Amino acid sequence: MNTLIASAAPLIQAYVEEGEKVDFSDGGALAAGAWLIPLVPMVVAFVIALFGKYLPRKGGGLAVLTMGFLAAYGTLLFLANLGTGITYEGAVEIAQIGSMTVEWGWMVDGLSIMMYAVVGVVGFLVFVYALGYMEGDVRYTAFFASFILFAGGMLVLVSAPNLIQLIVGWELVGVSSYLLIGHYWEEHENSSAAIKAFLVNKVADVGLFVGAIVLAMSVGSFRFNDILDAVAAHDTTLAAVGFWGGLAIFIGAMGKSGQFPFHVWLPDAMAGPTPVSALMHAATMVTAGIYLVGRMFPFYLDAEIGGQVRSVIIIIGALTLFLTGLIALVQNDIKRVLAYSTLSQLGYMMAAMGAGAYTAGLFHLFTHAFFKALLFLGAGSVIHAVHSNNMSDMGGLRKYMPKTHWTFVIASLALAGIFPLSGFWSKDEILAGFEEASHAFPIAEGGGTLATFVLVIAIGGAFVTAFYMARAVALTFYGEFKGHGEPHESPNVMTYPLIGLAVFSVVVGWINIPGLTEFFFEGINARFQAVAGLHATSLNFVVAFIGLAVALAGGYLGWRLFAPDKPTQQERDTFRIPVLYPLLEHKYYIDDLYMDGIVRPIRGPIARFANWFNGSVLDFVVNGTGLLAAAAAKIVYGFDQKGLDAAINAGAASAGGAGGLLRNLQTGRVQQYAGGRFVGALVIVAGFVILG
Amino acid sequence: MIVNQFLLIGAVLFSLGLYGVLVRRNAVLILLSVELMLAAVNINLVAFSAALQDEAAGGQVFALFVITVAAAEVGIGLAIVLLIFRNRHSANVDEMDLMKL
Amino acid sequence: MTFGDWISHAPNWWYLALAATTLFAGFRVVTSRNVVHAVLYLVVTLGASAGLFLLLGAEFVVWTVILVYIGAVIVLFLFGIMITRAPLGREAELDHDNRVKVFAAVVSGLLFVLIGGSLLNTFADDPVSPYIVRTSEIGDLLFNRYVLPFEVVSLVLLAALIGGIVLARRDPELDEELP
Repeated sequence: MNTLIASAAPLIQAYVEEGEKVDFSDGGALAAGAWLIPLVPMVVAFVIALFGKYLPRKGGGLAVLTMGFLAAYGTLLFLANLGTGITYEGAVEIAQIGSMTVEWGWMVDGLSIMMYAVVGVVGFLVFVYALGYMEGDVRYTAFFASFILFAGGMLVLVSAPNLIQLIVGWELVGVSSYLLIGHYWEEHENSSAAIKAFLVNKVADVGLFVGAIVLAMSVGSFRFNDILDAVAAHDTTLAAVGFWGGLAIFIGAMGKSGQFPFHVWLPDAMAGPTPVSALMHAATMVTAGIYLVGRMFPFYLDAEIGGQVRSVIIIIGALTLFLTGLIALVQNDIKRVLAYSTLSQLGYMMAAMGAGAYTAGLFHLFTHAFFKALLFLGAGSVIHAVHSNNMSDMGGLRKYMPKTHWTFVIASLALAGIFPLSGFWSKDEILAGFEEASHAFPIAEGGGTLATFVLVIAIGGAFVTAFYMARAVALTFYGEFKGHGEPHESPNVMTYPLIGLAVFSVVVGWINIPGLTEFFFEGINARFQAVAGLHATSLNFVVAFIGLAVALAGGYLGWRLFAPDKPTQQERDTFRIPVLYPLLEHKYYIDDLYMDGIVRPIRGPIARFANWFNGSVLDFVVNGTGLLAAAAAKIVYGFDQKGLDAAINAGAASAGGAGGLLRNLQTGRVQQYAGGRFVGALVIVAGFVILG
Repeated sequence: MIVNQFLLIGAVLFSLGLYGVLVRRNAVLILLSVELMLAAVNINLVAFSAALQDEAAGGQVFALFVITVAAAEVGIGLAIVLLIFRNRHSANVDEMDLMKL
Repeated sequence: MTFGDWISHAPNWWYLALAATTLFAGFRVVTSRNVVHAVLYLVVTLGASAGLFLLLGAEFVVWTVILVYIGAVIVLFLFGIMITRAPLGREAELDHDNRVKVFAAVVSGLLFVLIGGSLLNTFADDPVSPYIVRTSEIGDLLFNRYVLPFEVVSLVLLAALIGGIVLARRDPELDEELP
């Protein structure tokens, strides 16, 4: 498959108008002053951490003001970039270590401006919401300090003109996400979720470090511009390490962006407060991986250098989008449905990048940020009202929370890709990108190719997306209220951000309508190096129609299955067989029977995995009617939860065994340690003396 | 005079100090042995300073710094020993094995 | 340089005496069975090493060693011994058993062989002559060239002072709780 993609690359480039180098403006004072964007939130984070308790609103107000500033600055830059296109790179030399110069810089080009705007605007609305959501929290100030550090870390990452600064921002995001996920650390589950997120990310980060060093060594510079210029010059040293270096960088991106098999941390990260989930899933953190691939895109596009990595990227993306989408079908926790949905959408973006559809992948990142933030905030509003995450405790909330209901429905429609909301345009562009990529190897010749295959998977994913969102909406807002107490609409400070995001979710898609509006395409392509990615110049009606029809079908089926007029199990069972039967062949299926078989293992995962690990047989109740489907579901889910966890457990067990042996060494007697240290030092020094 | 005659004295003192650190059980005596090692380092520093005929007298100045730090170390070390003695009624390092799990 | 040339140089007589004293006293510091004797042998070791410094021309270091080490630190050690009620007479329990002694002797012996070997290898018989730095010059250097490390070391001393007080101070509240 590698060779297929590699040989296809010239065709892909031929399809796009050959990327000619445009002279962009340098953005003037607006771009030159953009160093404020990463710096201000970092400073504010420390101010809040140190003096937050003495500030009005315990520091929350200052945090919101800061985000307001960032939103305004980001929007200004975004608008300026839509006009002429800005490429600017500022740098301050901060140290000279040996032969290496350490620079602190800020990159202002189409890609980073898009991220500034997304982080600023979405972040601002989420922060306003958090003012209301976190009201009365014990660690209110600490929350805002780490929350703004989270946003600031992302901005450091995005503004980085070199890999070193990118890694600094990368780790800042990792650390502050650890603090935020573990915000309610009193419960063991939450703190272990934080540790899990941190460790999974750390494992993937090793890839990033290795990749960064490999590329920097072969080019002689950590700066993106130097690396990408070397790509443009078809540097042979870079070509020699291109595949492995690019793969290592991509592994880092996989970790942050929750790509299979590193996706395990993201659903657990739901342990944090809901505004954290909203920001983490929309604008910061998980988008970092997509951003990194976008930043390195010319590197991955060049067939001679990183081109072969793209076949890995597209496969990983497709796996992620489909497998995690299926898992979202069976979740009961509303935030987990959304978490798996984020994973699935990240899979779309990553697969689009892999297929060469640069604009499409980043456009989906852009639109997804708005409606996914809205979904999480809506879910948070619901959770705030019913004091439960489980959709089985919800239902009928339409009557009690009209604003939350409407905004949630709009976001769900946008996510499902319903015309003319933003999700439709971005998902359509991705599908069109796959379709264009598949032209490179027509089915008649190759008899089924990677891009075609991924296109089919992506269309299937669109079905699944619509299905689980319809299910979530039906279970949450329709039917009878199944929880306790009297739910109520959230205060204005929480509903206004919802409305704001709802407006964005509707309109942001219109800036990139194929053939009509090219603002986004032109904006995102304002870069130092020309990007010759796939971009549809006119609407691909066949793909758009199929995508929309499939989404409508998925939504309809989900609705019919979970709608309030089919409330009981028996009715769903009778309904299921005729309608869902054809879908079983496509392995899209859902019903409560399998849900019982699948959801139960989630209940006591750790106990179950321990059982499984000890060799005892899991007594899954396999229902005879859906044997095939159940088996398929279990493979997907079992690999996710059991295979990976078993591997992790095995690693832990071997570490434990080794620890047991090493424990004998640990007597607690300092002198023995000192003796050991000197023996070690002796051996090392002796080695130097003898060899040197 | 040759430079090695001083450096070797330093090497011997350092090894003796290491022997003391590893062998002694009484915490005060261990600190004493550490002082021996630091004195060995001082001899080396001063010898190098003389051998290099260093304008900036770096070796001598650093010997002074080592003495200062050693004084600080003795002060803190004895305070810790005192504290341990007060809590455990013994200054034997054998009995201070709480560092293991 | 032959041994005859070496021994005919007067300071080397002094050197031999001081070296012998240093090594013997240093050996007794780590082997003495009496705690107070060990401390007093340390005084001798340091005094003899001060003599070595004098041979090398480091006057100010000599006086610092004598004043700070022998004058102050040793007194501190003696206080430590008194307060921790270390056995003042001969005491068999001061050292670990023979197994540890053999291990320690081997390790430190190897260390000496390693350091000594490299020294002989590197410096052979490079000559050295006293480099006399007067106290006023040292003062100049300390407050100009080395002023930053000097200030840092001052801070370390201050921190050690405060830390020592905090650690060693009896906590009245704690004393009430504990018998």
